[in-house]
Amino acid sequence: MKILVPVKRVPDPELKANIKDGKLDLSGAQWVVNTFDEYAVEAALRLTENADEGSRDGEVVVVTIGPDDAAVQLRSCLAMGADRAIHVASEDAELDSLLVAKTLKAVYDEEKPDMVLLGKQAVDGDTNQVGQMLAALLNLPQATFAASIELADENKACVVSREVDAGVEFKKLPLPGIVTVDLRIVSPKAITNGITPESHEYADGPRYASLKGIMKAKKKPMDNKSMADLGVSGSPVVKELEVTLPEARAAGQIVESVEELVKKLSEEAKAL
Amino acid sequence: MGNVLTLCETNGAVLRSNALSAITFARKAAELHGGEVILLLIGKGVSAASADACKYASKVVVVENDGLEHCLAETYAPIVAKTAKDEGASIVCAAAGAVGKDILPRVAALLDSGMASDIADIDGKNTFKRSILAGNAFSRIEISSDIICVTARQSEFAPAEALAAAGTSTTADAGELNTLGAEFVKLEGGGGGDRPDLNDASVVVSGGRGMGNGDNFAVLEKLAGSLNAAMGASRAATDAGYVPADWQVGQTGKIVAPDLYIAVAISGAIQHLAGMKNSKTIVAINKDAEAPIFQIADYGLVAKWEDTIESLTAEITKLKASQA
Repeated sequence: MKILVPVKRVPDPELKANIKDGKLDLSGAQWVVNTFDEYAVEAALRLTENADEGSRDGEVVVVTIGPDDAAVQLRSCLAMGADRAIHVASEDAELDSLLVAKTLKAVYDEEKPDMVLLGKQAVDGDTNQVGQMLAALLNLPQATFAASIELADENKACVVSREVDAGVEFKKLPLPGIVTVDLRIVSPKAITNGITPESHEYADGPRYASLKGIMKAKKKPMDNKSMADLGVSGSPVVKELEVTLPEARAAGQIVESVEELVKKLSEEAKAL
Repeated sequence: MGNVLTLCETNGAVLRSNALSAITFARKAAELHGGEVILLLIGKGVSAASADACKYASKVVVVENDGLEHCLAETYAPIVAKTAKDEGASIVCAAAGAVGKDILPRVAALLDSGMASDIADIDGKNTFKRSILAGNAFSRIEISSDIICVTARQSEFAPAEALAAAGTSTTADAGELNTLGAEFVKLEGGGGGDRPDLNDASVVVSGGRGMGNGDNFAVLEKLAGSLNAAMGASRAATDAGYVPADWQVGQTGKIVAPDLYIAVAISGAIQHLAGMKNSKTIVAINKDAEAPIFQIADYGLVAKWEDTIESLTAEITKLKASQA
Protein backbone atom coordinates (compact mmCIF):
# COMPACT_ATOMS: atom_id res chain seq x y z
CA MET A 1 0.00 0.00 0.00
CA LYS A 2 1.51 3.26 -1.13
CA ILE A 3 -0.08 6.50 0.00
CA LEU A 4 0.72 9.94 -1.35
CA VAL A 5 0.02 12.75 1.13
CA PRO A 6 0.11 16.31 -0.24
CA VAL A 7 0.80 18.82 2.54
CA LYS A 8 0.76 22.59 2.67
CA ARG A 9 2.60 24.87 5.05
CA VAL A 10 0.43 27.51 6.69
CA PRO A 11 1.06 30.32 9.17
CA ASP A 12 0.44 29.03 12.70
CA PRO A 13 -3.37 29.24 13.06
CA GLU A 14 -3.03 29.98 16.77
CA LEU A 15 -1.31 33.29 16.06
CA LYS A 16 -3.08 36.51 15.21
CA ALA A 17 -3.28 37.64 11.58
CA ASN A 18 -1.47 40.88 10.73
CA ILE A 19 -2.32 42.98 7.71
CA LYS A 20 0.10 45.30 5.93
CA ASP A 21 -0.80 47.26 2.78
CA GLY A 22 -3.90 45.18 2.18
CA LYS A 23 -2.00 41.88 2.30
CA LEU A 24 -1.38 39.37 5.03
CA ASP A 25 1.90 40.27 6.70
CA LEU A 26 3.73 36.96 6.88
CA SER A 27 7.17 38.40 7.63
CA GLY A 28 7.15 37.10 11.19
CA ALA A 29 4.97 34.06 10.57
CA GLN A 30 5.62 30.76 12.31
CA TRP A 31 5.02 28.13 9.65
CA VAL A 32 3.47 24.78 10.47
CA VAL A 33 2.01 21.85 8.56
CA ASN A 34 -1.65 22.55 7.79
CA THR A 35 -3.62 20.89 10.59
CA PHE A 36 -5.80 18.79 8.28
CA ASP A 37 -2.76 17.67 6.26
CA GLU A 38 -0.95 16.68 9.45
CA TYR A 39 -4.00 14.59 10.25
CA ALA A 40 -3.78 13.04 6.77
CA VAL A 41 -0.16 12.06 7.48
CA GLU A 42 -1.27 10.46 10.75
CA ALA A 43 -4.07 8.60 8.97
CA ALA A 44 -1.66 7.43 6.24
CA LEU A 45 0.76 6.12 8.86
CA ARG A 46 -2.03 4.27 10.67
CA LEU A 47 -3.17 2.74 7.37
CA THR A 48 0.31 1.37 6.65
CA GLU A 49 1.47 0.00 10.00
CA ASN A 50 0.88 -2.69 12.52
CA ALA A 51 0.81 -0.40 15.49
CA ASP A 52 1.16 -3.24 18.01
CA GLU A 53 4.45 -4.42 16.52
CA GLY A 54 5.66 -1.06 15.31
CA SER A 55 6.18 -2.55 11.83
CA ARG A 56 5.36 -0.89 8.52
CA ASP A 57 3.43 -2.43 5.66
CA GLY A 58 3.55 0.18 2.95
CA GLU A 59 5.01 3.49 2.00
CA VAL A 60 3.91 7.03 2.85
CA VAL A 61 5.22 9.70 0.50
CA VAL A 62 4.65 13.34 1.40
CA VAL A 63 4.71 16.08 -1.23
CA THR A 64 4.56 19.83 -0.95
CA ILE A 65 4.53 22.63 -3.50
CA GLY A 66 6.12 25.70 -2.03
CA PRO A 67 9.20 27.81 -1.44
CA ASP A 68 12.57 26.48 -0.20
CA ASP A 69 11.61 26.94 3.45
CA ALA A 70 8.71 24.52 3.06
CA ALA A 71 11.28 21.72 3.30
CA VAL A 72 11.06 22.23 7.07
CA GLN A 73 7.43 21.09 7.11
CA LEU A 74 8.28 18.09 4.92
CA ARG A 75 10.96 17.10 7.47
CA SER A 76 8.30 17.36 10.21
CA CYS A 77 6.19 14.82 8.31
CA LEU A 78 9.23 12.56 7.82
CA ALA A 79 9.93 12.83 11.55
CA MET A 80 6.37 11.65 12.27
CA GLY A 81 7.18 8.55 10.22
CA ALA A 82 6.57 9.25 6.52
CA ASP A 83 9.11 7.42 4.36
CA ARG A 84 10.16 10.01 1.81
CA ALA A 85 9.34 13.46 0.55
CA ILE A 86 8.98 15.35 -2.71
CA HIS A 87 9.45 19.12 -2.77
CA VAL A 88 8.14 20.93 -5.82
CA ALA A 89 9.57 24.45 -5.86
CA SER A 90 7.12 27.33 -6.27
CA GLU A 91 6.13 30.58 -4.66
CA ASP A 92 2.63 30.77 -3.15
CA ALA A 93 1.71 33.77 -5.31
CA GLU A 94 2.27 31.64 -8.43
CA LEU A 95 -0.32 29.10 -7.37
CA ASP A 96 -4.03 28.59 -7.08
CA SER A 97 -5.95 25.42 -6.25
CA LEU A 98 -6.27 24.33 -9.87
CA LEU A 99 -2.53 24.68 -10.53
CA VAL A 100 -1.78 22.82 -7.32
CA ALA A 101 -4.12 20.04 -8.45
CA LYS A 102 -2.46 19.92 -11.89
CA THR A 103 0.96 19.68 -10.25
CA LEU A 104 -0.22 16.93 -7.92
CA LYS A 105 -1.63 15.08 -10.91
CA ALA A 106 1.85 15.08 -12.46
CA VAL A 107 3.32 13.78 -9.18
CA TYR A 108 0.60 11.13 -9.03
CA ASP A 109 1.41 10.01 -12.57
CA GLU A 110 5.06 9.49 -11.58
CA GLU A 111 4.37 7.86 -8.21
CA LYS A 112 1.28 5.75 -9.00
CA PRO A 113 0.13 5.52 -5.36
CA ASP A 114 -2.83 3.40 -4.20
CA MET A 115 -4.39 6.35 -2.43
CA VAL A 116 -4.00 10.10 -2.19
CA LEU A 117 -4.84 11.27 1.32
CA LEU A 118 -4.95 14.98 2.13
CA GLY A 119 -6.60 17.50 4.39
CA LYS A 120 -10.09 18.64 3.41
CA GLN A 121 -8.87 22.23 3.41
CA ALA A 122 -5.91 24.37 4.38
CA VAL A 123 -6.58 26.40 7.48
CA ASP A 124 -5.21 29.60 5.94
CA GLY A 125 -7.21 29.87 2.70
CA ASP A 126 -10.07 27.59 3.87
CA THR A 127 -10.95 26.81 0.25
CA ASN A 128 -11.51 23.04 0.33
CA GLN A 129 -10.85 22.46 -3.39
CA VAL A 130 -7.62 20.61 -4.14
CA GLY A 131 -8.66 17.02 -3.37
CA GLN A 132 -11.81 17.19 -5.47
CA MET A 133 -10.00 18.94 -8.33
CA LEU A 134 -7.25 16.31 -8.30
CA ALA A 135 -9.86 13.53 -8.36
CA ALA A 136 -11.50 15.14 -11.41
CA LEU A 137 -8.19 15.57 -13.26
CA LEU A 138 -7.28 11.93 -12.58
CA ASN A 139 -10.82 10.68 -13.23
CA LEU A 140 -10.67 8.86 -9.90
CA PRO A 141 -13.36 8.43 -7.22
CA GLN A 142 -13.30 10.74 -4.21
CA ALA A 143 -14.41 10.71 -0.59
CA THR A 144 -14.30 14.11 1.05
CA PHE A 145 -14.54 15.02 4.76
CA ALA A 146 -13.49 11.55 5.94
CA ALA A 147 -14.07 10.81 9.61
CA SER A 148 -12.96 7.19 9.32
CA ILE A 149 -11.33 4.91 6.75
CA GLU A 150 -11.51 1.13 6.65
CA LEU A 151 -9.50 -0.81 4.10
CA ALA A 152 -11.55 -3.48 2.34
CA ASP A 153 -11.32 -6.14 -0.36
CA GLU A 154 -7.65 -6.93 0.37
CA ASN A 155 -6.66 -3.29 0.11
CA LYS A 156 -8.33 -2.92 -3.28
CA ALA A 157 -11.00 -0.64 -1.80
CA CYS A 158 -11.83 1.42 1.25
CA VAL A 159 -15.00 2.38 3.08
CA VAL A 160 -14.99 5.98 4.23
CA SER A 161 -17.44 7.60 6.64
CA ARG A 162 -18.07 11.22 5.69
CA GLU A 163 -19.68 13.97 7.65
CA VAL A 164 -22.53 15.38 5.57
CA ASP A 165 -25.34 17.79 6.46
CA ALA A 166 -27.80 15.08 7.47
CA GLY A 167 -25.47 12.80 9.41
CA VAL A 168 -22.68 10.41 8.48
CA GLU A 169 -22.53 8.88 5.01
CA PHE A 170 -20.56 5.72 4.31
CA LYS A 171 -19.04 5.59 0.83
CA LYS A 172 -17.01 2.79 -0.69
CA LEU A 173 -14.26 3.59 -3.17
CA PRO A 174 -12.17 1.24 -5.25
CA LEU A 175 -8.48 2.12 -5.04
CA PRO A 176 -6.72 4.09 -6.28
CA GLY A 177 -8.87 6.92 -5.01
CA ILE A 178 -8.69 10.34 -3.38
CA VAL A 179 -9.68 10.85 0.27
CA THR A 180 -9.76 14.21 2.05
CA VAL A 181 -9.82 14.07 5.83
CA ASP A 182 -11.75 15.89 8.51
CA LEU A 183 -10.73 16.39 12.13
CA ARG A 184 -12.18 13.15 13.47
CA ILE A 185 -9.85 11.04 11.29
CA VAL A 186 -7.35 11.10 14.18
CA SER A 187 -9.76 9.77 16.81
CA PRO A 188 -8.60 6.47 18.39
CA LYS A 189 -10.72 4.09 16.28
CA ALA A 190 -10.90 6.05 13.00
CA ILE A 191 -8.58 3.85 10.96
CA THR A 192 -9.01 0.14 10.30
CA ASN A 193 -6.28 -1.40 8.18
CA GLY A 194 -6.69 -5.12 8.83
CA ILE A 195 -3.20 -5.55 10.32
CA THR A 196 -3.19 -3.45 13.47
CA PRO A 197 -5.17 -5.55 16.00
CA GLU A 198 -8.61 -4.15 16.78
CA SER A 199 -7.70 -4.11 20.44
CA HIS A 200 -5.01 -1.49 19.76
CA GLU A 201 -5.93 1.88 21.16
CA TYR A 202 -4.42 4.90 19.43
CA ALA A 203 -4.06 8.20 21.25
CA ASP A 204 -6.51 10.91 20.15
CA GLY A 205 -4.72 13.20 17.72
CA PRO A 206 -1.67 13.05 15.49
CA ARG A 207 1.53 11.51 16.88
CA TYR A 208 4.42 13.65 17.97
CA ALA A 209 7.76 13.12 16.32
CA SER A 210 10.10 11.23 18.65
CA LEU A 211 13.72 12.27 19.01
CA LYS A 212 14.63 9.10 17.13
CA GLY A 213 12.14 10.04 14.43
CA ILE A 214 13.65 13.49 14.09
CA MET A 215 17.16 12.03 13.76
CA LYS A 216 15.99 9.49 11.18
CA ALA A 217 14.11 12.15 9.21
CA LYS A 218 17.35 13.93 8.41
CA LYS A 219 18.51 10.93 6.40
CA LYS A 220 15.24 10.18 4.63
CA PRO A 221 15.16 10.95 0.91
CA MET A 222 13.76 14.27 -0.31
CA ASP A 223 13.40 14.79 -4.07
CA ASN A 224 13.56 18.34 -5.31
CA LYS A 225 11.62 19.13 -8.46
CA SER A 226 10.41 22.14 -10.36
CA MET A 227 6.98 22.58 -11.93
CA ALA A 228 8.80 22.47 -15.30
CA ASP A 229 10.32 19.07 -14.41
CA LEU A 230 6.77 17.84 -14.00
CA GLY A 231 5.61 19.44 -17.22
CA VAL A 232 3.22 21.84 -15.48
CA SER A 233 2.92 25.43 -16.64
CA GLY A 234 0.34 28.17 -16.45
CA SER A 235 -0.59 31.10 -14.29
CA PRO A 236 -3.14 31.15 -11.52
CA VAL A 237 -6.67 32.28 -12.48
CA VAL A 238 -7.51 33.16 -8.89
CA LYS A 239 -5.82 36.31 -7.66
CA GLU A 240 -6.03 37.81 -4.19
CA LEU A 241 -6.78 41.53 -4.39
CA GLU A 242 -6.94 42.51 -0.78
CA VAL A 243 -7.06 41.15 2.75
CA THR A 244 -8.91 42.98 5.51
CA LEU A 245 -9.70 42.30 9.13
CA PRO A 246 -13.33 41.86 10.10
CA GLU A 247 -14.97 44.58 12.14
CA ALA A 248 -14.63 43.89 15.81
CA ARG A 249 -17.87 43.16 17.63
CA ALA A 250 -19.01 45.86 19.99
CA ALA A 251 -18.06 45.05 23.56
CA GLY A 252 -20.65 42.98 25.34
CA GLN A 253 -21.84 43.11 28.92
CA ILE A 254 -21.83 40.75 31.83
CA VAL A 255 -25.21 40.19 33.41
CA GLU A 256 -25.65 39.03 36.98
CA SER A 257 -28.68 36.78 36.82
CA VAL A 258 -30.98 34.76 34.61
CA GLU A 259 -33.76 37.31 35.18
CA GLU A 260 -31.52 40.18 34.03
CA LEU A 261 -30.43 38.15 31.01
CA VAL A 262 -34.00 37.44 29.90
CA LYS A 263 -35.05 41.05 30.49
CA LYS A 264 -32.17 42.41 28.40
CA LEU A 265 -32.64 39.84 25.64
CA SER A 266 -36.28 40.78 25.48
CA GLU A 267 -36.20 44.57 25.91
CA GLU A 268 -32.74 45.61 24.74
CA ALA A 269 -31.75 43.08 22.08
CA LYS A 270 -35.35 42.29 21.03
CA ALA A 271 -34.11 38.75 20.60
CA LEU A 272 -36.96 36.96 22.37
CA MET B 1 -22.63 33.16 -21.78
CA GLY B 2 -23.53 35.21 -18.78
CA ASN B 3 -25.98 32.77 -17.27
CA VAL B 4 -25.70 31.58 -13.70
CA LEU B 5 -26.29 27.85 -13.25
CA THR B 6 -27.35 26.97 -9.73
CA LEU B 7 -27.19 23.41 -8.46
CA CYS B 8 -30.08 23.09 -6.01
CA GLU B 9 -30.57 20.49 -3.32
CA THR B 10 -34.12 19.31 -2.83
CA ASN B 11 -36.12 17.85 -0.01
CA GLY B 12 -39.03 15.90 -1.45
CA ALA B 13 -41.26 18.31 -3.36
CA VAL B 14 -39.41 21.48 -2.32
CA LEU B 15 -36.01 23.10 -2.59
CA ARG B 16 -33.84 22.94 0.52
CA SER B 17 -33.43 26.23 2.33
CA ASN B 18 -29.75 26.38 1.40
CA ALA B 19 -30.78 26.34 -2.28
CA LEU B 20 -32.84 29.48 -1.69
CA SER B 21 -29.74 31.22 -0.34
CA ALA B 22 -27.73 30.06 -3.35
CA ILE B 23 -30.46 31.52 -5.60
CA THR B 24 -30.12 34.89 -3.88
CA PHE B 25 -26.42 34.84 -4.71
CA ALA B 26 -27.21 33.67 -8.25
CA ARG B 27 -29.61 36.58 -8.87
CA LYS B 28 -26.94 39.07 -7.82
CA ALA B 29 -24.34 37.36 -10.01
CA ALA B 30 -26.73 37.17 -12.98
CA GLU B 31 -27.33 40.90 -12.78
CA LEU B 32 -23.59 41.56 -12.86
CA HIS B 33 -23.12 39.14 -15.76
CA GLY B 34 -26.14 40.22 -17.74
CA GLY B 35 -27.55 36.71 -17.83
CA GLU B 36 -30.30 34.57 -16.43
CA VAL B 37 -30.50 32.37 -13.35
CA ILE B 38 -30.95 28.74 -14.35
CA LEU B 39 -31.63 26.13 -11.68
CA LEU B 40 -30.36 22.58 -11.98
CA LEU B 41 -31.99 19.68 -10.16
CA ILE B 42 -30.23 16.31 -10.27
CA GLY B 43 -31.35 13.01 -8.77
CA LYS B 44 -33.83 10.17 -8.68
CA GLY B 45 -37.37 11.48 -8.25
CA VAL B 46 -36.14 15.04 -8.26
CA SER B 47 -38.74 16.23 -10.76
CA ALA B 48 -41.13 16.24 -7.78
CA ALA B 49 -39.46 19.52 -6.79
CA SER B 50 -39.46 21.10 -10.24
CA ALA B 51 -42.73 23.00 -9.66
CA ASP B 52 -41.31 24.51 -6.49
CA ALA B 53 -38.06 25.37 -8.27
CA CYS B 54 -39.99 27.13 -11.06
CA LYS B 55 -41.20 29.67 -8.50
CA TYR B 56 -37.66 31.00 -8.20
CA ALA B 57 -36.25 31.12 -11.73
CA SER B 58 -37.44 31.46 -15.30
CA LYS B 59 -35.71 28.24 -16.26
CA VAL B 60 -35.22 24.97 -14.43
CA VAL B 61 -33.27 22.04 -15.85
CA VAL B 62 -34.17 18.66 -14.39
CA VAL B 63 -31.87 15.67 -14.76
CA GLU B 64 -33.77 12.68 -13.47
CA ASN B 65 -32.37 9.17 -13.51
CA ASP B 66 -32.61 6.11 -11.26
CA GLY B 67 -28.83 5.89 -11.27
CA LEU B 68 -28.67 9.25 -9.54
CA GLU B 69 -30.41 8.16 -6.34
CA HIS B 70 -27.34 8.92 -4.25
CA CYS B 71 -25.43 12.10 -4.60
CA LEU B 72 -22.04 10.89 -5.85
CA ALA B 73 -19.58 13.53 -6.99
CA GLU B 74 -18.39 11.06 -9.63
CA THR B 75 -21.75 11.07 -11.45
CA TYR B 76 -23.09 14.51 -10.50
CA ALA B 77 -20.05 16.63 -11.38
CA PRO B 78 -19.94 15.70 -15.10
CA ILE B 79 -23.68 16.49 -15.39
CA VAL B 80 -23.18 19.91 -13.79
CA ALA B 81 -20.19 20.62 -16.05
CA LYS B 82 -22.03 19.58 -19.20
CA THR B 83 -25.14 21.57 -18.29
CA ALA B 84 -22.96 24.63 -17.62
CA LYS B 85 -21.67 24.45 -21.18
CA ASP B 86 -25.05 23.65 -22.73
CA GLU B 87 -26.71 26.54 -20.91
CA GLY B 88 -24.04 29.16 -21.57
CA ALA B 89 -23.15 29.65 -17.93
CA SER B 90 -20.37 31.97 -16.86
CA ILE B 91 -20.98 31.16 -13.20
CA VAL B 92 -21.80 27.76 -11.73
CA CYS B 93 -22.84 27.87 -8.10
CA ALA B 94 -24.30 25.96 -5.19
CA ALA B 95 -24.75 26.49 -1.48
CA ALA B 96 -21.63 25.79 0.55
CA GLY B 97 -23.15 22.76 2.27
CA ALA B 98 -21.74 19.24 2.26
CA VAL B 99 -23.05 18.62 -1.28
CA GLY B 100 -21.80 21.85 -2.87
CA LYS B 101 -18.43 21.59 -1.18
CA ASP B 102 -18.02 18.02 -2.40
CA ILE B 103 -19.13 18.53 -5.99
CA LEU B 104 -18.32 22.08 -7.14
CA PRO B 105 -14.50 21.84 -6.96
CA ARG B 106 -14.75 18.70 -9.06
CA VAL B 107 -16.90 20.59 -11.56
CA ALA B 108 -14.36 23.43 -11.58
CA ALA B 109 -11.54 21.08 -12.57
CA LEU B 110 -13.70 19.49 -15.30
CA LEU B 111 -14.33 22.99 -16.70
CA ASP B 112 -10.71 24.13 -16.15
CA SER B 113 -12.21 26.93 -14.05
CA GLY B 114 -11.19 28.92 -11.05
CA MET B 115 -13.30 28.58 -7.96
CA ALA B 116 -14.39 30.84 -5.11
CA SER B 117 -15.40 28.74 -2.09
CA ASP B 118 -17.82 29.59 0.68
CA ILE B 119 -18.17 33.22 -0.35
CA ALA B 120 -19.81 36.00 1.64
CA ASP B 121 -20.39 38.37 -1.30
CA ILE B 122 -19.91 39.09 -4.98
CA ASP B 123 -18.99 42.77 -5.29
CA GLY B 124 -18.02 42.93 -8.95
CA LYS B 125 -18.47 40.76 -12.01
CA ASN B 126 -15.58 38.47 -11.10
CA THR B 127 -14.65 39.59 -7.60
CA PHE B 128 -15.69 37.83 -4.44
CA LYS B 129 -15.36 38.38 -0.74
CA ARG B 130 -14.74 35.40 1.52
CA SER B 131 -13.49 34.70 4.98
CA ILE B 132 -10.07 33.13 5.49
CA LEU B 133 -8.01 32.04 8.50
CA ALA B 134 -11.04 30.64 10.32
CA GLY B 135 -12.89 33.92 10.00
CA ASN B 136 -10.02 36.05 11.31
CA ALA B 137 -9.66 37.92 8.02
CA PHE B 138 -11.53 38.61 4.80
CA SER B 139 -10.02 38.10 1.39
CA ARG B 140 -11.20 39.72 -1.84
CA ILE B 141 -10.33 37.63 -4.84
CA GLU B 142 -10.64 38.05 -8.58
CA ILE B 143 -11.07 35.10 -10.91
CA SER B 144 -10.15 35.32 -14.58
CA SER B 145 -11.33 31.98 -16.01
CA ASP B 146 -14.17 31.96 -18.60
CA ILE B 147 -16.42 30.07 -16.21
CA ILE B 148 -16.23 30.55 -12.44
CA CYS B 149 -17.41 28.03 -9.88
CA VAL B 150 -18.76 29.38 -6.61
CA THR B 151 -20.15 28.03 -3.36
CA ALA B 152 -22.12 30.59 -1.37
CA ARG B 153 -22.24 30.61 2.43
CA GLN B 154 -25.86 30.14 3.42
CA SER B 155 -25.68 32.47 6.43
CA GLU B 156 -24.60 35.38 4.18
CA PHE B 157 -27.48 35.21 1.70
CA ALA B 158 -31.10 35.54 2.75
CA PRO B 159 -33.50 32.99 1.25
CA ALA B 160 -34.77 34.06 -2.19
CA GLU B 161 -38.36 35.21 -2.59
CA ALA B 162 -40.53 33.62 -5.26
CA LEU B 163 -40.78 35.44 -8.61
CA ALA B 164 -44.02 37.12 -9.68
CA ALA B 165 -44.31 34.71 -12.60
CA ALA B 166 -43.26 31.09 -12.38
CA GLY B 167 -40.67 29.79 -14.84
CA THR B 168 -40.68 26.61 -16.87
CA SER B 169 -38.80 23.39 -16.43
CA THR B 170 -37.11 21.27 -19.06
CA THR B 171 -35.58 17.86 -18.72
CA ALA B 172 -32.08 16.97 -19.80
CA ASP B 173 -30.57 13.56 -20.33
CA ALA B 174 -28.18 12.29 -17.68
CA GLY B 175 -25.94 10.84 -20.36
CA GLU B 176 -23.86 7.79 -19.57
CA LEU B 177 -23.38 7.52 -15.82
CA ASN B 178 -19.99 6.36 -14.56
CA THR B 179 -19.59 6.01 -10.82
CA LEU B 180 -15.89 5.14 -11.25
CA GLY B 181 -16.66 2.26 -8.90
CA ALA B 182 -17.72 4.49 -6.02
CA GLU B 183 -20.82 3.38 -4.14
CA PHE B 184 -23.06 4.75 -1.46
CA VAL B 185 -23.16 2.30 1.45
CA LYS B 186 -25.46 3.87 4.04
CA LEU B 187 -26.42 7.05 5.83
CA GLU B 188 -26.43 7.13 9.59
CA GLY B 189 -28.91 9.81 10.45
CA GLY B 190 -28.24 12.79 12.60
CA GLY B 191 -30.00 13.42 15.87
CA GLY B 192 -31.86 16.59 15.01
CA GLY B 193 -35.30 15.08 15.54
CA ASP B 194 -38.11 17.49 14.62
CA ARG B 195 -36.21 20.59 15.69
CA PRO B 196 -35.41 23.26 13.11
CA ASP B 197 -32.47 22.71 10.77
CA LEU B 198 -29.26 24.04 12.32
CA ASN B 199 -28.33 25.74 9.05
CA ASP B 200 -31.27 28.09 8.99
CA ALA B 201 -32.74 28.21 12.49
CA SER B 202 -33.26 31.71 13.84
CA VAL B 203 -32.22 30.58 17.32
CA VAL B 204 -29.44 28.09 18.15
CA VAL B 205 -28.63 26.61 21.54
CA SER B 206 -25.16 25.06 21.69
CA GLY B 207 -23.41 23.08 24.38
CA GLY B 208 -19.73 22.41 24.94
CA ARG B 209 -17.50 19.96 26.72
CA GLY B 210 -18.45 21.60 30.00
CA MET B 211 -21.82 19.84 29.77
CA GLY B 212 -19.97 16.78 31.01
CA ASN B 213 -21.88 14.07 29.13
CA GLY B 214 -24.55 13.50 26.50
CA ASP B 215 -27.38 13.01 28.98
CA ASN B 216 -26.86 16.51 30.33
CA PHE B 217 -27.76 17.91 26.91
CA ALA B 218 -31.39 17.06 27.72
CA VAL B 219 -31.62 20.26 29.75
CA LEU B 220 -30.34 22.24 26.75
CA GLU B 221 -32.87 20.53 24.51
CA LYS B 222 -35.62 21.75 26.81
CA LEU B 223 -34.23 25.26 26.55
CA ALA B 224 -34.12 24.85 22.76
CA GLY B 225 -37.72 23.65 22.87
CA SER B 226 -38.83 26.83 24.62
CA LEU B 227 -37.21 28.92 21.86
CA ASN B 228 -37.99 26.67 18.88
CA ALA B 229 -34.23 26.57 18.50
CA ALA B 230 -31.89 24.19 16.70
CA MET B 231 -29.29 22.34 18.72
CA GLY B 232 -25.58 22.88 18.15
CA ALA B 233 -22.38 21.90 19.87
CA SER B 234 -18.70 22.65 20.01
CA ARG B 235 -16.18 20.31 18.48
CA ALA B 236 -15.06 19.27 21.96
CA ALA B 237 -18.58 18.08 22.73
CA THR B 238 -19.06 16.20 19.46
CA ASP B 239 -15.56 14.68 19.66
CA ALA B 240 -16.29 13.49 23.18
CA GLY B 241 -19.31 11.69 21.74
CA TYR B 242 -21.85 13.66 23.79
CA VAL B 243 -23.90 14.52 20.71
CA PRO B 244 -23.90 13.66 16.97
CA ALA B 245 -21.13 15.10 14.79
CA ASP B 246 -23.62 16.94 12.57
CA TRP B 247 -24.45 19.24 15.49
CA GLN B 248 -20.97 20.72 15.32
CA VAL B 249 -20.74 24.46 14.79
CA GLY B 250 -17.37 25.77 13.71
CA GLN B 251 -14.75 26.17 11.02
CA THR B 252 -14.98 22.48 10.29
CA GLY B 253 -18.64 22.03 11.11
CA LYS B 254 -21.60 24.20 10.22
CA ILE B 255 -21.35 27.96 9.83
CA VAL B 256 -24.42 29.61 11.33
CA ALA B 257 -25.58 33.17 11.85
CA PRO B 258 -28.91 33.03 13.70
CA ASP B 259 -30.64 35.98 15.33
CA LEU B 260 -29.83 34.50 18.73
CA TYR B 261 -27.00 32.12 19.60
CA ILE B 262 -26.81 30.76 23.14
CA ALA B 263 -23.46 29.13 23.96
CA VAL B 264 -23.53 27.07 27.13
CA ALA B 265 -20.37 25.65 28.72
CA ILE B 266 -18.42 26.46 25.56
CA SER B 267 -15.01 28.02 26.11
CA GLY B 268 -14.89 29.63 22.65
CA ALA B 269 -11.95 28.23 20.71
CA ILE B 270 -11.17 30.14 17.46
CA GLN B 271 -12.42 27.11 15.59
CA HIS B 272 -15.87 27.39 17.20
CA LEU B 273 -16.08 31.18 16.93
CA ALA B 274 -15.51 30.88 13.18
CA GLY B 275 -18.83 29.07 12.93
CA MET B 276 -21.04 31.45 14.89
CA LYS B 277 -19.52 34.87 15.39
CA ASN B 278 -21.74 36.50 12.79
CA SER B 279 -24.81 35.69 14.85
CA LYS B 280 -26.87 38.78 15.59
CA THR B 281 -27.03 38.38 19.37
CA ILE B 282 -24.67 36.06 21.23
CA VAL B 283 -25.26 34.86 24.78
CA ALA B 284 -22.52 33.01 26.66
CA ILE B 285 -23.10 31.07 29.86
CA ASN B 286 -19.90 29.68 31.32
CA LYS B 287 -18.59 29.20 34.82
CA ASP B 288 -15.12 30.40 33.80
CA ALA B 289 -15.07 34.21 33.67
CA GLU B 290 -11.87 34.06 31.62
CA ALA B 291 -13.38 31.93 28.82
CA PRO B 292 -12.72 33.55 25.41
CA ILE B 293 -16.39 33.19 24.47
CA PHE B 294 -17.14 36.20 26.68
CA GLN B 295 -15.02 38.41 24.40
CA ILE B 296 -17.51 38.07 21.56
CA ALA B 297 -20.70 37.62 23.58
CA ASP B 298 -23.24 40.45 23.71
CA TYR B 299 -24.48 39.10 27.03
CA GLY B 300 -22.36 37.00 29.32
CA LEU B 301 -23.47 35.18 32.44
CA VAL B 302 -20.70 33.74 34.58
CA ALA B 303 -22.43 30.74 36.06
CA LYS B 304 -22.63 26.97 36.03
CA TRP B 305 -25.11 25.55 33.55
CA GLU B 306 -26.47 23.38 36.35
CA ASP B 307 -27.58 26.49 38.22
CA THR B 308 -29.00 28.47 35.31
CA ILE B 309 -30.46 26.57 32.38
CA GLU B 310 -33.61 25.28 34.04
CA SER B 311 -34.50 28.71 35.40
CA LEU B 312 -33.62 30.30 32.06
CA THR B 313 -36.00 27.88 30.34
CA ALA B 314 -38.70 28.71 32.88
CA GLU B 315 -38.21 32.47 32.47
CA ILE B 316 -38.32 32.24 28.68
CA THR B 317 -41.40 30.02 28.76
CA LYS B 318 -43.08 32.56 31.04
CA LEU B 319 -42.12 35.45 28.75
CA LYS B 320 -43.32 33.61 25.63
CA ALA B 321 -46.61 32.83 27.34
CA SER B 322 -47.09 36.51 28.18
CA GLN B 323 -46.31 37.46 24.54
CA ALA B 324 -48.78 34.96 23.12
